[in-house]
Amino acid sequence: MLKEGQVRIPSGCAISGIFSRKGSAISGERIIRSIAVMHDRSNGLGGGFAGYGIYPDYPDFYALHVFYDSQTAKQECERYLERYFDIINLSKIPTRKSAAIVDEPLIWRYFVAPLPHRLSDSQLDEREFVARRVIRVNSSIEGAYIFSSGKNMGVFKAVGYPEDVGAFYRLEDYAGYCWTAHGRYPTNTPGWWGGAHPFALLDYSVVHNGEISSYDANRRAIEMHGYRCTLQTDTEVITYIIDYLVRRQGLTMEEAARVMAAPFWDTIARMPQQEREEATYLRNAFASFLITGPFSILVGFEGGLMALNDRLKLRSMVVGEKGDLVYVASEEAAIRVIEPELDSIRAPKGGEAVLITLDAQKGGAQ
Amino acid sequence: MAVRFLYPEFEVVRNQDRCVACRACERQCANEVHRYDPELGCMVADESKCVNCHRCVSLCPTRALKIVKTDHAFRENGNWTGKAITEVYRQAETGGVLLSSMGNPEPYPIYWDKLLINASQVTNPSIDPLREPMETRTFLGKKPGGIQRDAQGRLINNQTPQLELSVPVMFSAMSYGSISYNAHASLARAAQALGTYYNTGEGGLHEDFYQYGPNTIVQVASGRFGVHKDFLEAGAAIEIKMGQGAKPGIGGHLPGQKVGPDISRTRMIPEGSDAISPAPHHDIYSIEDLRQLVFSLKEATEYKKPVIVKIAAVHNVAAIASGVARSGADIIAIDGYRGGTGAAPTRIRDSVGIPIELALAAVDQRLRDEGIRDQVSVVIGGSVRSSADLVKAIALGADAVYIATAALLALGCHLCRTCQTGRCNWGIATQRPDLVRRLNPDLGCQRLVNLVTAWDHELKEMMGGMGINSIEALRGNRLMLRGIGLNQKELDILGVKYAGE
Ligand code: SF4
Ligand code: SF4
Repeated sequence: MLKEGQVRIPSGCAISGIFSRKGSAISGERIIRSIAVMHDRSNGLGGGFAGYGIYPDYPDFYALHVFYDSQTAKQECERYLERYFDIINLSKIPTRKSAAIVDEPLIWRYFVAPLPHRLSDSQLDEREFVARRVIRVNSSIEGAYIFSSGKNMGVFKAVGYPEDVGAFYRLEDYAGYCWTAHGRYPTNTPGWWGGAHPFALLDYSVVHNGEISSYDANRRAIEMHGYRCTLQTDTEVITYIIDYLVRRQGLTMEEAARVMAAPFWDTIARMPQQEREEATYLRNAFASFLITGPFSILVGFEGGLMALNDRLKLRSMVVGEKGDLVYVASEEAAIRVIEPELDSIRAPKGGEAVLITLDAQKGGAQ
Repeated sequence: MAVRFLYPEFEVVRNQDRCVACRACERQCANEVHRYDPELGCMVADESKCVNCHRCVSLCPTRALKIVKTDHAFRENGNWTGKAITEVYRQAETGGVLLSSMGNPEPYPIYWDKLLINASQVTNPSIDPLREPMETRTFLGKKPGGIQRDAQGRLINNQTPQLELSVPVMFSAMSYGSISYNAHASLARAAQALGTYYNTGEGGLHEDFYQYGPNTIVQVASGRFGVHKDFLEAGAAIEIKMGQGAKPGIGGHLPGQKVGPDISRTRMIPEGSDAISPAPHHDIYSIEDLRQLVFSLKEATEYKKPVIVKIAAVHNVAAIASGVARSGADIIAIDGYRGGTGAAPTRIRDSVGIPIELALAAVDQRLRDEGIRDQVSVVIGGSVRSSADLVKAIALGADAVYIATAALLALGCHLCRTCQTGRCNWGIATQRPDLVRRLNPDLGCQRLVNLVTAWDHELKEMMGGMGINSIEALRGNRLMLRGIGLNQKELDILGVKYAGE
């Protein structure tokens, strides 16, 4: 059977996220309870989590989480990593055996920093250097797949129901200021863990519910800028688009949202002049990154979380608040189960970006 | 000599029971096929002059006429067809180049018809264009490579000039001269009404049409007919014509008898002289020369207008397009081998160039491979016959399409393919005032608006079916296409999967 990436697999899904504006540590156990409520929105063929602020002991190192199909792949990948990085810590990611999660690959974690002379030789900035190495491993080392590569954050994913995946990775042992979670409902069986969500590059992670109709237009556009869509999933291409627009082009998250879920021309025509010119510019200059078809996404990044629906709001998504905590989920029930008494709850409009950042870094997280 | 005799291709069938000898057909046929015979007391026909343009058929009040292909035939021969034989006779007779017009009619594969369009089911909803917004507005021009901000951090509009199209369909180049004043008036007005553009072709711009400048693309071709500062400034964009799909590698030819006072003034050539544009631009022998012309035109118009470079789809089109993209052009127009013409040598029209579908797919992919697809927009033409062809073109990677034959059909053209004679009975490809009068520009404009509006509706329906609500999400979205009846090589070039994959 074809592996994910050799074939494009549409999926339905559930997503959930929690964010503490004050930066307090939230246990991974809470996000598991939230996503578990939406059990029926996934079908046991993919679940995963992203946690931010979970590696306080290594905040300045890139945490690489890697799946290996074999020892050979591991050796080859480690040889490659050693050529480019100073590896200051490596270990297996702790897991708990369970009947619900089977066929696991080798799962390793490396805390790394680019080798200074390699970095200066490359004439790239540090993040670009790391991104290129990650894309290189994923597209050219058979059987090795780096599925998390940010600083002080980590992705945990597997084939299974999300609550089982959370238990498998012992997420109750981690705590961070932000969590996102995903339960997947693919329409055929991807036997491969890499295809589960979240999809991540550097500190950007994306969980997504929907099936975008613009996929191939977006893919062919982003591949022009050095990315390789090896998984053929929506999340992968959305992550690359965000990385390109925000990190490489220098747009803000809100501006990137206006590119991906651009306002309709009719709406733009009714805007005040300056806003109208800006919206027209963004829509026109980055036309190939407009995403159509149903989606609700949670974009995690260092210090922030963005929730965004497609411009017609073809997927459900609600935002609840309690004190400094913000909750976002496909269904209200997934929020109520961990926070029955909310200060407020609302359903953002299609195309309206909800941006949540740490109080400590008001005014944007780029 | 008996060998001179060529049996007429068509037969005029007149139902004498219906014919009332009103002589309408006689007045209508500029080819002088019909004649009233007083001795016989009825209408007779010289079918050897008939080009099967249906003018008489359409205007016969009693529906007494039809034109049929003759069943008179040479002895069956798969190789020496009747057409091949008569063409040899004709050339033996005249010693001349065979001329014809409109697009290549030979039965080569039509790739549009081997591509099928996707629709949403279950996993992704289709969108109803009657209830939800559905956007087909298109901008043509370069995309900025990166953003810039002012001191306050606001985005600066660093875009170069763009063309804004309400629908991704434009009317492609047809010169005043090859087609009539009324045909031009219809196209200009329709472009304005539709929020799109028409193209002057290489014959300059009649002074009456300067008012449509904001919806006009002015063309600069190798003959430079009618090119002057006011002309360049009149249009919304300037097109440099390097080639034409119907006749790659050669220039144009407007016979002197079509060059009356008006055309002489517009083209800036003496009355009655043949207007022959050279095969190459004599100031462009290489890509760096093209760059100079692009920038000369930009200088002349103060960088206020996008420049289009139009090339014919030839074998090496992807590499040529990539050179053009680096030449400073804002838009590349590619014309396929089925593109129409007012007159072209038959052998060239029918044997030179490649299908636009393959050319488009190859160009779009090459520009992406080289990371320069955003530096130019790609417009294609050369037989886009319907909104389905349009959807497929955009999904293969075009930003917009040029139509000309379809536009002429809307004006009444019956594709008789004898535009080169200048006796178009429909008032289109002619300069004879009595014939030109047959085309009413009010009606012509309305019919063009109807056609493009209908296509726009169908485009929106198909986009909605795919769950796409804006045209940019369709552009280059080749997963929305599947091939049928194609071999692997063709699928690879088109970049599509086979139906069922
Ligand atoms: S040339 Fe046209 S108008 Fe004349 S007889 Fe033939 S079909 Fe009729
Ligand atoms: S434009 Fe006139 S002459 Fe030319 S093909 Fe059409 S009907 Fe015939």
